[in-house]
Amino acid sequence: MEKRVTFKGIWLPLLLVLPQILITAVFFFYPAGQAIYQSLFIPDPFGLSMQWVGLGNFEYLLSDRYYRASFLTTAIFSILVTVVSMGVALYLAVLADRLIKGSGTYRTLLIWPYAVAPAVAGVLWLFMFNTRVGVVTWYLGLLGYDWNHVLNEGEAMGLVVVASAWGRISYNFLFFLAGLQAIPKSVIEAAAIDGARFWTRFRTIVWPLLSPTTFFLLVVNIIYAFFETFGVIHTITSGGPQQATTILVYKVYSDGFVGQDLGSSAAQSVILLAIVSVLTVVQFKYIERRVHY
Amino acid sequence: MATVTLKNLKKSFGPTDVIHGIDMDIADGEFVVIVGPSGCGKSTLLRMVAGLETVTSGEVQIDGRVVNNEEPMDRDIAMVFQNYALYPHMSVFDNMAYGLKIAKVPKPEIADRVATAAKLLQLEPYLQRKPRELSGGQRQRVAMGRAIVRKPAVFLFDEPLSNLDAKLRVQMRLEIKQLQRELGVTSLYVTHDQVEAMTLADRMIVMNAGVADQIGAPLDVYANPATEFVAGFIGSPPTNFIDAALIGGGGGGGGRIGIRPEHVRLTDQGQLEAVVGYAEALGAETLIHLRAKDGGQITVRQDAGQPIPHEGQTCALDWDTAQVMRFDANGMRQ
Amino acid sequence: MSERNGMVEKRGGGLWLTHLGLIIGVAFIFFPIWLAFVASTVDQQEIVRPPMPLLPGDQLIENYTKALTSGVNAPVAAMLLNSLIMAMGIAIGKIAISLLSAFAIVYFRFPGRKLFFWLIFLTLMLPVEVRIVPTFEVIANFGMLNSYSGLILPLIASATATFLFRQFFMTVPDELAEAARVDGAKPMRFFIDILLPMSRTNIAALFVILFIYGWNQYLWPLLITTDPSMNTIVMGIKQMFPSGDDIADWPVIMATSILAMVPPVIVVVGMQKLFIRGLVESEK
Repeated sequence: MEKRVTFKGIWLPLLLVLPQILITAVFFFYPAGQAIYQSLFIPDPFGLSMQWVGLGNFEYLLSDRYYRASFLTTAIFSILVTVVSMGVALYLAVLADRLIKGSGTYRTLLIWPYAVAPAVAGVLWLFMFNTRVGVVTWYLGLLGYDWNHVLNEGEAMGLVVVASAWGRISYNFLFFLAGLQAIPKSVIEAAAIDGARFWTRFRTIVWPLLSPTTFFLLVVNIIYAFFETFGVIHTITSGGPQQATTILVYKVYSDGFVGQDLGSSAAQSVILLAIVSVLTVVQFKYIERRVHY
Repeated sequence: MATVTLKNLKKSFGPTDVIHGIDMDIADGEFVVIVGPSGCGKSTLLRMVAGLETVTSGEVQIDGRVVNNEEPMDRDIAMVFQNYALYPHMSVFDNMAYGLKIAKVPKPEIADRVATAAKLLQLEPYLQRKPRELSGGQRQRVAMGRAIVRKPAVFLFDEPLSNLDAKLRVQMRLEIKQLQRELGVTSLYVTHDQVEAMTLADRMIVMNAGVADQIGAPLDVYANPATEFVAGFIGSPPTNFIDAALIGGGGGGGGRIGIRPEHVRLTDQGQLEAVVGYAEALGAETLIHLRAKDGGQITVRQDAGQPIPHEGQTCALDWDTAQVMRFDANGMRQ
Repeated sequence: MSERNGMVEKRGGGLWLTHLGLIIGVAFIFFPIWLAFVASTVDQQEIVRPPMPLLPGDQLIENYTKALTSGVNAPVAAMLLNSLIMAMGIAIGKIAISLLSAFAIVYFRFPGRKLFFWLIFLTLMLPVEVRIVPTFEVIANFGMLNSYSGLILPLIASATATFLFRQFFMTVPDELAEAARVDGAKPMRFFIDILLPMSRTNIAALFVILFIYGWNQYLWPLLITTDPSMNTIVMGIKQMFPSGDDIADWPVIMATSILAMVPPVIVVVGMQKLFIRGLVESEK
């Protein structure tokens, strides 16, 4: 699509795009290029020079037990976060869509978590499940369950998943509700007249018509789980116990800033970059929608 | 006030020629209508005069001055757009005043000019409204007002009535004509509607595929079309075309003759036989649609009093030879 | 749009079950926030002896005053200011540069236009987390650690807003620009007088989204603000936890968490319509 009307001039438009181009070049393309460049080197032990290793960093990573474990952790984590938050959101959206009055009130109440930063969400859930003072921990103790996510890997994973999913429910709810409300009422009524009960209608009419929204949310939520949950992980578990919650982004951070292993961290960045690109292309190809945030 | 002159004006988009060289002299105060089917290049022609489209070759002169490379605002023109192009966030007053503000006209004079235009167009009660709060006809008037306040040398109209309903269109057509008479501003008006062209124009340009087939006063064009295209495009219902061979002695060479519906009579014995398809009785007149032996459609327009033949009936058609227009194989008038 | 009816069957208890289901959902959403609020109104003793109460106590003013004026490492009031500057800087900065470049890309034909378009397009794909280490080095080399420009600039380098405005500008009728030209408006005049006022709602909607995006940043401020006085509130909370076995000052931490939520919640709930519009449109 192109505009028919244009203004004349060359210097003015160049001046207009200059700020964005400058900022993008300095803070985006240069660092992204650096990441790719650094991924091909390892620094010597004194940090004085860089040694070319070609794809050595990648080979090393892919053979590294911890990195492969982190891949698996990321996969499990993002699938769980996506399923839990989308499931709860869909459930609430279907209920809100059934209401004639008052769905606006529920919507207002349910969008709160969108405003809560992942890191803050992490602190809130950490507080509830804190091993010493957590309310939920205490009540679980009454029931005879000894909650300790600091030591138990499964419980740690469960906690970061719930905290991450919680913060994402608002977003998914809004999109599901919009998707449901876009389904023509007459289609549902026709199915009802055909004798389909609520559950049958949902399965045969609503769910298929909702599938573009669902697919879109699937991709967006996976990207969210990959990157934006850093705050949750960092506040609740710091990747532990025994790296049980070290997702890929967390590992880029801990290897690059804590471990100071620049080559490996850069190679990890490049791999992440490839994963996001694939996800974005998939999304563009299949639903022609755009992701961010 | 000004004259407009087009000299061998051409326009190409890349390799595609859309205007093939137009010559025209528009007199001061004249109302010229460019008419043609969609895609014939009429809007492009107008936009070249406006300066919204570059000129590929040839010249546009306004008042004897070549303006090919001048910006629209320097050409001393004003334009009324098909969808009015009112600024949605500005009041009616601000819409009309915007060009004057840019030209740094003193405020009291702006207020004065807008007030005059608003009075002329009966827009006074609406000056503080936003365009979305106006009806289609009112928006049309605001678009006119925006053109008038600038006191341009030339008005350009790009299908200004095509977004209005039929009744309003007739009314606004009259208003535009009266306004133009009153102000005496040279006007160039684009439309695809031949009725609009006939009623508004001092002279019209009938365009066909980038070529000006004919330039002339409406009635001259109607009575004396220069090409088969013009004969078919101007007039409703359109001219009947009959293969010259079919009626015998048509000069040969594969030409056709054209004869307007009001010039054809149904008789017992005529120059051509045809079968009645159906008849439309419109009250004052009746249109009878027939099919000739070769399958060609023929329409006859007759007064209400005359008898209407039955469907399927075979009739003979007759006409005065003086009314016949002969066209050669290339569609040119012989 | 016709009035939407809810259920097809309108019989009996279904409505109450629907409400019940939603209320359970709302309770699940609000419980963590409620608990944080309660914790911010009681004293440390009530928390370290579980179970803590589920209704607010009387220490609200003390806890919030302590958090705002002294905090743990740095006064939270200063962190709030830092967060506000960062969020506003990101929102305003991104909107400003995006409006300008979208205007240039849509309304001009200039050499390199396609190239710029694709360069900007590429940035859509990559969150700052992916290029975090080299970006950190750039900021360090510029001496922008512990500075507002260091907090803001790298997060502006993304093209979502540019695309949104480009899409909107494409829907503005061509005739408006032509009418402005006939009226004698030069490009920038058209931009300021016509295009900007017409973009008002889009700008506002995007502002809401970007403000929250900026306010909720965590990793980036964590890396580049080593000086506690430059901490933003969202990352500052984690810094309040003691290392080792000391007990955290939960009432102050929870008061800080509530303070960290209040501005974005006000923005989201108060500008709900714009927010939802911005959200749905920026993802389209």
